[in-house]
Formats: sequence, C-alpha cells, structure tokens
Amino acid sequence: MVTFNILVTVALVYVAALFAVAFYADRSAKKGRTKWLRSPLTYTLSLSVYCTAWTFYGAVGNAARSGLEYLTIYLGPTLVFLGFWVLLRKLVRIGRAERITSIADLISSRYGKSTALAVLVTCLAVTGTTPYIALQLQSVTLSFAAFVPSEAGGNLADLNSTALWVAAGLAVFTILFGTRNLDANERHHGVVTAIAVEAIVKLVALLAVGIFVVWGVSGGLSDTLQIIEASPVAEWRPDAGRWVGMTFLSAAAIICLPRMFQVMVVENEDERHLTVASWAFPLYLMLMSLFVLPIAVVGLAVLPEGANPDLFVLTLPLALDQELLAMLAFLGGFSSATSMVIVAAIALSTMVSNHIVLPLWLSMQGPKATVSGDVRNVMILSRRISIGAVLALGYAYFRVTGGTAALSSIGLVSFAGVAQIVPALLGGIYWRGATRRGALAGLIVGFVIWGYTLFVPAIGLLPDSLMQNGLFAMSWLRPQALFGLVGLDPLVHSIFWSMALNSVAFLAVSLVTFPSPIERLQGAAFVNVFSRGESGAGYVGGVAETEDLLVMAQRLLGAREAQTLFQQSAKDQGKLGYLPDPTPEFVSTLERELAGSVGAATAHAMVRQIDGNAAVSVQDLLAVADESAQMLEYSSQLEDKSRELEQTARQLRDANDKLTALSVQKDAFLSQVSHELRTPMTSIRSFSEFLMEGGMKAPDRKRYSKIIHDESIRLTRLLDDLLDLSFLESGQAAMNDQTASLHDVLDRAVSSAGASKGAMTVRRNPADEQIELRTDTDRLSQVFINLISNAQKYCDAQAPTLDISVSEKQGQVDIDFVDNGSGIPQSQQSIIFEKFARLSDHSSAGSAGLGLAICREVMARLGGTVSYLPGQGGAAFRVSLPRRRVAEAA
Amino acid sequence: MSEAPETKPTPRPSKFLEQSVYRRRRLIDAIKLLPTLGAGLFLTPALILGTGAGSTATRLVYFFFCWMVLILLCATLTRALSRGEEG
Repeated sequence: MVTFNILVTVALVYVAALFAVAFYADRSAKKGRTKWLRSPLTYTLSLSVYCTAWTFYGAVGNAARSGLEYLTIYLGPTLVFLGFWVLLRKLVRIGRAERITSIADLISSRYGKSTALAVLVTCLAVTGTTPYIALQLQSVTLSFAAFVPSEAGGNLADLNSTALWVAAGLAVFTILFGTRNLDANERHHGVVTAIAVEAIVKLVALLAVGIFVVWGVSGGLSDTLQIIEASPVAEWRPDAGRWVGMTFLSAAAIICLPRMFQVMVVENEDERHLTVASWAFPLYLMLMSLFVLPIAVVGLAVLPEGANPDLFVLTLPLALDQELLAMLAFLGGFSSATSMVIVAAIALSTMVSNHIVLPLWLSMQGPKATVSGDVRNVMILSRRISIGAVLALGYAYFRVTGGTAALSSIGLVSFAGVAQIVPALLGGIYWRGATRRGALAGLIVGFVIWGYTLFVPAIGLLPDSLMQNGLFAMSWLRPQALFGLVGLDPLVHSIFWSMALNSVAFLAVSLVTFPSPIERLQGAAFVNVFSRGESGAGYVGGVAETEDLLVMAQRLLGAREAQTLFQQSAKDQGKLGYLPDPTPEFVSTLERELAGSVGAATAHAMVRQIDGNAAVSVQDLLAVADESAQMLEYSSQLEDKSRELEQTARQLRDANDKLTALSVQKDAFLSQVSHELRTPMTSIRSFSEFLMEGGMKAPDRKRYSKIIHDESIRLTRLLDDLLDLSFLESGQAAMNDQTASLHDVLDRAVSSAGASKGAMTVRRNPADEQIELRTDTDRLSQVFINLISNAQKYCDAQAPTLDISVSEKQGQVDIDFVDNGSGIPQSQQSIIFEKFARLSDHSSAGSAGLGLAICREVMARLGGTVSYLPGQGGAAFRVSLPRRRVAEAA
Repeated sequence: MSEAPETKPTPRPSKFLEQSVYRRRRLIDAIKLLPTLGAGLFLTPALILGTGAGSTATRLVYFFFCWMVLILLCATLTRALSRGEEG
C-alpha cells in the first residue's frame, strides 16, 4: 500500500528533478548550447501548460457528467492553432517587434501605452487566475487524499499543510528560475524546459492509464465502444448553445489566458516554431483527450456509486491494484498543476510589478526617480514579491473556498473572464480605428457583466434573494436572466451578454471617440506589423538629454548593456563615443529596449519624464497619414538617402567643430609653447650670466646651477613629450610585448603617480585585476600614470576619490578610472584627446596638454582605445584593451 | 506590302518564379481556410443534428477522425510551405 509518506517522497524527488532540469537548461543556455532549448518541439510542449490539473482530472469528471462536452475545451484551441496564419503569427510578430511582456502590456501598448488599460487588464487577469491557482492546489491535495482515503478525515490539517508546502515550493521555484533575467521579454530557458518535461510526464501518464483501461480492463477498442454505448453517458445529447459557447470560450482562452500568452508569445524564440506547433499542439491535445471518455465510462462501471468522477484517473488504477500506474497518474496530475501555477505566477507577477508596483513607486519617488533611484533592484524585488503574493492569494482562496463545489466550476468561469479581452485584442490588431476609450469601455462593461452574472454567483457571494429577484428587486436584473433572457444555461447566458455588450461598447465608443496621435502611431504599427518590417513606427516627443537617458538606461538595463546600446547607436549615426544624438529613431529604439524590462507604458512614462512633455511633431503625424504602400516605399527610400546625407552632414559638422576648436586651441598652444619655452630660457640665461660674472659664494653658485639644471629638465620634458607624440604618430615606435599581471601594472602606475601617498583616495578591487596581459606594459603603465595624475590635478572634490575598476567581456579588458569631481562638460568631451587640447580654466596645472593625446596614440598602437565615459558622476576614462592569450602571442 | 516585323515573344525568365509564388499564395490560402473547415466539422453536428439521433460512440469516433484528418492536413500544408521557403 502506498502510504502518505511514500507519496510525499515521490513528489519531492520529482520536484528535485525539475529543479535539476531547470538549472541544467539555464546553464546550457548561458553557455550557448541551446539547440534543444530552442527547438519547435520544446515550444510545442511548453504550450501544454494549457492542460492544467483541471483538464487532467476534470476532463474525465466532465465526461462522466456530460458526455462529449469535455471535447470543446480542446477543440477551441485546435481551431485557433489551425488558423495560426491568421491570428497567432501576427500576435507573435507584434510581440517580438514591440517587445511585449504580457497580455496587459500588449493591450496597453496598442492603445497609446495607456497605464489605465494595463492596470485594468492586470486586475482582470489576477481576478480570473487566483481561483484557478486555488483549483490547482485543491487538485493536488485531493490527489494526495485519494491515496489515503481511510485517514482522510483525520488528515485534513495535513492536507491543508500539503497545499501550503506545494504553494511555497512553487514560489521558490518560480522566484529562482522566473526572475533570473531582469528583461521580462527574455526567455526563461529553465522554466520552459521544465514545463516541456512536465508536458511529457502528463501525456505519458494519461496515455498509460487510458491504454490500461482500454486494453487491460475493457478488452480492446470495439469492446470499449460497446461499453460506452451501454453506459449512462450514452444518454447525453449535445446542447448546441453550450457546445458553441464552450468552444468559443476555450478558443478565446488560449489567446488571452496570461499563462498561455506567456509561453506562446513572450517565450517564443522563433516565429517558425508556430508552423510546427500549428499541427503538433492539436495533436498533443488530441492525445490528451483520446482516452478521457473510456476512463470515465469504465470508472462509472467499475467504481462504487458516489465515487468522485473528478478523480477517476487516480482511483481507477488504485481500485484495480495498479499502484505504480496510480503513482504515474498522480505525477501527471501533479505536473499539470505545478506547470500551470509556475507560468501563471511568472505572467501575473510581470504584470503586477510592471503595471502596478513600478508606476506607483515611480510616482512616489518624484520626477527625477528615473535618474536617481535604483530601479533595477526595485524591479527584481517587486517581481519576486508579486510571485509570492500571487501564490499566497491562491492559497488563501483555496483555504476559504476549498472543497466546495464552487471551486470545481471555476475553470470555465475563469475562461469567460479572460475572454473579455478578446474584442479589444482583435480590434487592436486588425482595426486601426479602435481607440483607447473604446477598449476601456468594452473591457469595463464586459468585466462588470461577467462579474455580476457569472463570477460572483459562482463563488457563492450573492444571496439567494438577489439571485431570485434581481438587483434592487428588479426582475430584469436577475444575474442569470439578464434583461428577461430566461431558459439559457447560466454559462452561455453570461458569455452571450458579456461578449455582446462588451463588443458593442468597444465598437460604439471607438467609432465616436478620436484617438490621440500616439494611439494612431501604435495602431498603425500593430495593424501593419507585416508591411512595416520588424520595428513599428515609433513616437518620440521632444529632445531628451542623451546623458540623462544613459544614466537612466544604465540603471534599468545594466551599465554594460546600456553602454553597448548607446555606443552602437552612436556608431550608426556616424559618431564616436557613447552619446548618440537624441534623434527620434534613437529614443524609440531605447524605449522599446526598456519596454522589454518594464512594459511599454512604464518605459514611455520614464523616457517622457526626461524628455519633457513635448507634443507629437508634424513628421510623426505625416507618418500616420501616409496610407499608401507606394508612398511608404518611396518615402523610405528618401529616408534612407536623407539619413545618409544627415549622417555625412553630422560627421562634417563634427569635424568642422573639432577643427575650429582645435585651431583656436592651436593658436593658444603656440603662444603657450613659446611662453613655456621662454620662461625657462629666460631664467637659464639670467642665471648663467650671474655665473659668468663670477665672485659668488659657493652656496649661491650651487643654487644658481641647480635652477639652471631644473629649468633645462623642464625644457627637455616638454620637448620629449612633443618628440614622443610625433614618434608615436609616425608609427616608428616599436612596442615590446611583455607578460605581466594587470594588478602589478596598476600598482606600479599608482605609486609612480604618487597617488598612494597624496590627498586622493584610490579605490581598487584587486580580485578583478588578476588578469594576465600580453602587451607593452611600460607603455600601458604610462597611460595609467597619465590618467591618474590627471585625476590628481583636476579633480575638484573636497575629498577626491578615484575608483579604478576592471572588467572583462568577449576578450576585451576594460579599465575604468572614475573620479568624484565635476567631470568634463559635454562640449569639451570630444576634444580632450586632441593634441594641444586643454580645458581653458585649468591652465595653472603646468602641462602642455599632450598627455591624453599621447595616451590615445599609445592605446591605438596597443590595439585598444581610451575614451571618455559620460554619465558616471565625475570625470571617467575607459581604457579598453584586447585580451590576447599569453600562448597565442608567444 | 512590307512584311510584318517578326515578333518573337520575349522570353520571360521569371515565369517559373511567378508560378512558384502563385503556388505559395494558394498554399497560404489553404492554410487560412483550415480553421473554417475545422469549425464546420466540429460545430455543425452539434448545431444541426442537435438532440437528434446518433450514438455517443459514433460521435466520438467521428470527432477523433476529423481531428486526425485536420492535423494531417495542417502538417502536410505547413511542411510544403516551409519546403517552398527553403528551395
């Protein structure tokens, strides 16, 4: 006999295996071994999260009660997938182009990045999903109970704690593997792989039970069909309303359920996977439902009257002493429940944290939060807390309503709830005339009617008098006979009224309202996603300060990712460095990039905080007005040309600015050089004249000679610098490769620059610096010394500090020197590396302005770069060096 | 009367390509029609036959048969489509 403890052990081992699978998949993905992870098979299997415990156990119960009706739950999704070319392909394309993170994000992004819509859809999703999570917890506890029927009464507390442990375990799993990447639009390889494995487990389990029933118990196919004919199930006749209604519901659910949207659109790796899933997923569904009726019929015949048909999958093998099979079935049900809860928790937590928590937090932090606050940590934390909260909510719901009939009917109720999104969704991606107000109106009307006619009665919150007599005793407001429509099945009744009034409100309000420019832009981008290529038409308000944008992006995307993005954009514009011009294209690229982490509405709001509330420009409106394809093509050609011209013009302008600035600097420098040469020359001449006159005491003579000596050293150094630079520039300088640790080179540089005993604090992280380099270390050290002494000379902070940090990526070593002074103004950043350049207000420091120019030449000769890194809070320089392997170079 | 200049139809090298594009379009049409066919097969028995005669076992066999046919049809069509993309 399988005891409770054995069962718990099996479940724990299974969960441990899932953790291992997820962990292994995450690690493989990190190493780039993703052939399996990115296959269409994995994608198809992950879609099976549609089949929850409710379908695993409940389908048989449903079949025992109402015959073939259970099929509708699978037929709807089958139709949607067969029609993938029309709908799903477009959804997935939009999801990728706009970096959509959830169904709420999709709706909000389409309708002008509206926060109100995002919040509304999120609330709808949470309301519909929480009971569903409770249902999964209940099915797990019931399946535990099925194994220990004799002690069931005494073990009620045990069962409740089982549910608690299951919920807690799932929370840990989801937090661990579901919030790894900050970018919610990135794939969760670990989770998806675990879900795919669970998909196989539940399919195998159900098929095993089915095969056992058909060939082990009934004695073959034809015999089974005869048993079906003889059983009470054969009395069933299809009810057209319910049949069509439920097929519609399940079709709507597969598009709108948050968890389905998560695996289908957000986690989609490649659009072509849909082509395979279009037939493979219906095949999976068919196999899942193949043996449902036989199991139900045989269960009715074999098991004693009054046995719960919802547990036939489990109790039938148990009653026939097939404990291993029962165990497998138990694991199948367990898989169905856990995979649903995990994905639903990820999807809901992304919505709650992106659309509710983060906007609240931002508005509490005041207008500059995007620049000063630590958004990254807040996001991760809020997503984790949301996961915990979602599961806690599900558990609480289970404790309150657990065991009642109210819970088992919640599956379809939940479907009907999310189906309210359908009009706004379909209207949004096929009809450019759909407006934000229309979507809001439709959703609110649908939500209210669904709540009143189905959800609240289903969870048993309405008093009987209200059910009988209607709200305010008005009979036409009876929840299950709205407007006097009597005689319909309550479910069909609710679907009919909610969908009809939802659509009417959506269409009517859309027709009479006028969309804002940004809605029109987004609408065009969504509806014409195929004709416009990957990126939709972006909307950009005013011109933002690029440096502020960089600071914000660093906090959201991480310093390195943000810098790469900015550098790349600058390069595309034909500029050097990290600060591209804040052109509309650049800002909308950045906004989309941010949307991948925080959702479109929040990303838009954050960028707007920086760039101010500028109106849409005339060009943007023209882009909307441009309807004809030829116009688009022609204008895109023109655009290409003008972009090219713009790029050239920008380069010319930059060059001109640089030349002008340099020519001014050069004039200044010439007089500076003359002055610098003249001062020592004058003193050398005067003191040597003194010496020539003679008649001086020994100490005086010594002092005068020393002055002459010092001054000639100064002259020599100046000439050395000039020579060194021209030597480097002419390419004659030979580099002597040596092998040394970066740590040692830095040590040497810090002490040579005298920084270790000066007024400046130098902060370093020795652990990062243990990198073996193969390069000319003397020259490299020269660069370091120069940067450190510059910081000493120019850092104007009260307590000057210099941070030296080292990082390595893709064979490149970056060494950042960041001080806490006031930095270099943007206007000067582009000329500091030029010869003779020096910042006018620092003329006292006594150098000729050749140091950074020499650094740049040295680094170019070493195959690396030195550049100014804006947005770090002080003057910051980055030295990048290709990391050559010691062996390679030798 | 001068002889009419010889009008040789200019060879159209793109003929084959056009035909393949045409095939591809019709293939996509067929794929787009699949859900309609599916809806017809799945929904009409319930709507038309309604509460009429017919045994549950027969219905069961009917549904699974249609299901299988649709899956095979879809798999064939989508495979033909992706082959066209590669070739």
